[in-house]
Amino acid sequence: MLDKKIYDMPKSTDLAWCPGCGNFPILNIVKVALAELDIPPQNVVICSGIGQAAKAPHYLRVNYFNGLHGRALPPAIAIKVANPRLTVIAESGDGDTYGEGGNHFLHTIRRNPDIVNIVHNNMIYGLTKGQASPTSEKGLKNPIQTEGVIVEPFNPLAVALALGATFVARVFSGDVTQAKEIVKAAIRHKGYALVDILQPCVVFNKQNTYQWFKEKTYYVDENYDQTDKSQALDIAFDLERLALGIIYQSEGRPTYETLTRAGDAPLYKMKPDRKALQNLIEKYK
Amino acid sequence: MKRFSGDISLVLGGAAGQGVQTVEALLVAVLKREGYNVFACKEYMSRIRGGSNSTSIRITDKKQSAFVKRIDFLFAMDRDVIPHLQERITENTILFGEREKVCKVSGECHIVNVPFAQFVRELGNPIYTSTVTVGVALGLLGADEEIFETYLREHFARKGEAVVQKNIEAARKGYAFGKHLAYHEGIEVHLVKDKAVADEILLDGTEALGLGALAAGCNYISSYPMSPGTGLLTFLAQQGKNFDVVVDQAEDEIAAINQGLGAWYAGARAIVTTSGGGFDLMTEGISLSGMIETPIVVHIGQRPGPATGLPTRTEQGDLNLVLHSGHGEFPRAIFAPGTPAEAFFVTQQAFYIADKYQMPVFILTDQHFLDSVTNLPKNILQNVKFKNHIVKTMADYKRYTLTKDGISPRGVPDYGEGLVGVDSDEHDEEAHITENAGTRVAMHEKRLRKIFGACDEALKPSEIGDVKKSKTLIICWGSNFGVVQEALRILAGDDVAGLHFAQVYPLPKNAKKLFAKKKIIVLENNSSGQFANLLKLEYGVKITKNILKYDGAPFSVEEVVQKLKQILLDEAL
Repeated sequence: MLDKKIYDMPKSTDLAWCPGCGNFPILNIVKVALAELDIPPQNVVICSGIGQAAKAPHYLRVNYFNGLHGRALPPAIAIKVANPRLTVIAESGDGDTYGEGGNHFLHTIRRNPDIVNIVHNNMIYGLTKGQASPTSEKGLKNPIQTEGVIVEPFNPLAVALALGATFVARVFSGDVTQAKEIVKAAIRHKGYALVDILQPCVVFNKQNTYQWFKEKTYYVDENYDQTDKSQALDIAFDLERLALGIIYQSEGRPTYETLTRAGDAPLYKMKPDRKALQNLIEKYK
Repeated sequence: MKRFSGDISLVLGGAAGQGVQTVEALLVAVLKREGYNVFACKEYMSRIRGGSNSTSIRITDKKQSAFVKRIDFLFAMDRDVIPHLQERITENTILFGEREKVCKVSGECHIVNVPFAQFVRELGNPIYTSTVTVGVALGLLGADEEIFETYLREHFARKGEAVVQKNIEAARKGYAFGKHLAYHEGIEVHLVKDKAVADEILLDGTEALGLGALAAGCNYISSYPMSPGTGLLTFLAQQGKNFDVVVDQAEDEIAAINQGLGAWYAGARAIVTTSGGGFDLMTEGISLSGMIETPIVVHIGQRPGPATGLPTRTEQGDLNLVLHSGHGEFPRAIFAPGTPAEAFFVTQQAFYIADKYQMPVFILTDQHFLDSVTNLPKNILQNVKFKNHIVKTMADYKRYTLTKDGISPRGVPDYGEGLVGVDSDEHDEEAHITENAGTRVAMHEKRLRKIFGACDEALKPSEIGDVKKSKTLIICWGSNFGVVQEALRILAGDDVAGLHFAQVYPLPKNAKKLFAKKKIIVLENNSSGQFANLLKLEYGVKITKNILKYDGAPFSVEEVVQKLKQILLDEAL
């Protein structure tokens, strides 16, 4: 096991998160999971989009691709395919992943690359100051829907299951001990793994607070069958009681990088095969 | 006696699904193998079946690579072809088709009856129409029947002997009929065969780009299909297998460009292909490439816009789009090949420049260029020396080290001891978010400085004729190289010469002097003279005249000659 300190940034690093933010424990969860799995920083790439959650890769020592809003997943796929030896994590918020990047969310699941998709789900837009996110509950009052959100919330677990995701989990940022085990399982999982992390936004979301999550959530028990998809769907559709844990997992589906590549050598080592090219050019005679 | 010599324009027309493209491919391949110079281009409608499409094939003694309006022989597979091509048909055009089908619409032109339906009945399957048609054309041209049969044997070998035999039967039937027609109609064709041509290769623009990408070590493509850019994706999917090219059909163009950037970040060499409309969606990724200094090569096959425009036609209307795409200020380079050989070369150059200067690089083509096929000696395909610019990182590696030339050594994850971060926010040398004004200015200037190196390496324009002696210069870029070359050959005066730009941005500094004290005419397929305006801006030159076309069709040789003559006449007065 590695010491999680190897992921620590210098003490002087200025973190742009608010005091009491759910992002802090999530950062810790990721560090502990990587350390306990013995993955050195050089072998990790975290891809993120834009938002407070998407700043996460700046606060731990790994490789990172902090790209555009909603676009954490496309580079994550390509990085995994280009170098399958890397542990690739796409980490962003609910707005980034389920809103702006919704199309990529859908089609990344269909591809099943061996990556982990960590979504900080605080059911609100923080960085843009308190507007509704795709996962905001109906009726949540905010600066734009002044009478409350009028559209149905996006259901990431149900959507992921419907698209054939091979690993679907929900955790709560307030429970680091359980959450890091689930993140570890997600990293070990061969294929696309969704970890939706419920997290309060202490500044803008006065409805979904620490207390609210504590009351609403429960862990699936030991006898829960993680391979039972219809049961998983029932759980995903239950918005009254929010289940935590690995809701669904299935092994054995080929990953995108194995489907698109003959081998797993990093592409940065490849050189053009000019001889094969000469042979190909001959065919145009 | 109708005599045709040295330059034949043979056009095939029919509805989509009638095999026009199959006939073109077969005919061009056999003619080239016999030693004839060929150039073929096509125009088609945005539909899967029906409509009216045509392909224009030139068979010439001298190599030519331009579209001519004139039609000597028109093979009409249905009656719609004639009204569709009305403007190109004259009393000198000989029309080959089924008399009863075409006579009502044929007007003045001479019809030669070809009983396609009867041949099909005799052969028992309409599938052989294409081979019969090729046979008729070859018989008419007096080509070598044996070479045709050898080609068919090779071409259909994997489909079994029965198919080979049936095609040869169809070929003989067509060929004999074509010979008979030539004799009966008194059509005499004189073309010079060149043994060297028989050994050349046949490439269209798309294939040349694809081969160039493979030569450049391209190993990743993520794209969303959009005409006419799709061909490159298809090429790399089919031919890239032996080269371990990763092929991803993206959910949208936004995903495509962001995947391309992810691939380069991890050390791959990626290209994305699209057309203007798809490129609109990619522009956030272009800006990202500018900021994170991750290379990307983008191919844009232009078609007329705005919006869906004319999906299957040609234009050069997206130069400004590409030049200004992406918010913020950052350097870029744009190539615009005019021949397959140039496409092969500039695609490699695009990868080289993108990799070295860590910037977005564009290859701007158009439908006419991508769909035009011609023969060329394979030794003119010029390789760019392969170099991978990534570095092995040390533990203290910083992705955005400030340097004099603006190029920060580019590491990739998993190669060396260092960590590689990239950030779309303004960032410090270690790729962390910053709002420090001093750092912002230093980083911004570092990125912008890269253009100087790229400018020093900019490709010089090709000179057509004697530029030094000329009083008037005609300027073109991209797909109009061939038509300008041929038009200038026809005009054959010392007073007028041409320049073709295969790189349109940044422009080479030293080419400015070529414009000195000359009248400048800029020819391009758009309505606002986008390249002319760029020349004004970059070189400060005065443009005497623009020759513009934006009806979705390429310039014809006749059109360019006529327009140039008029301008030269007007200017002389």
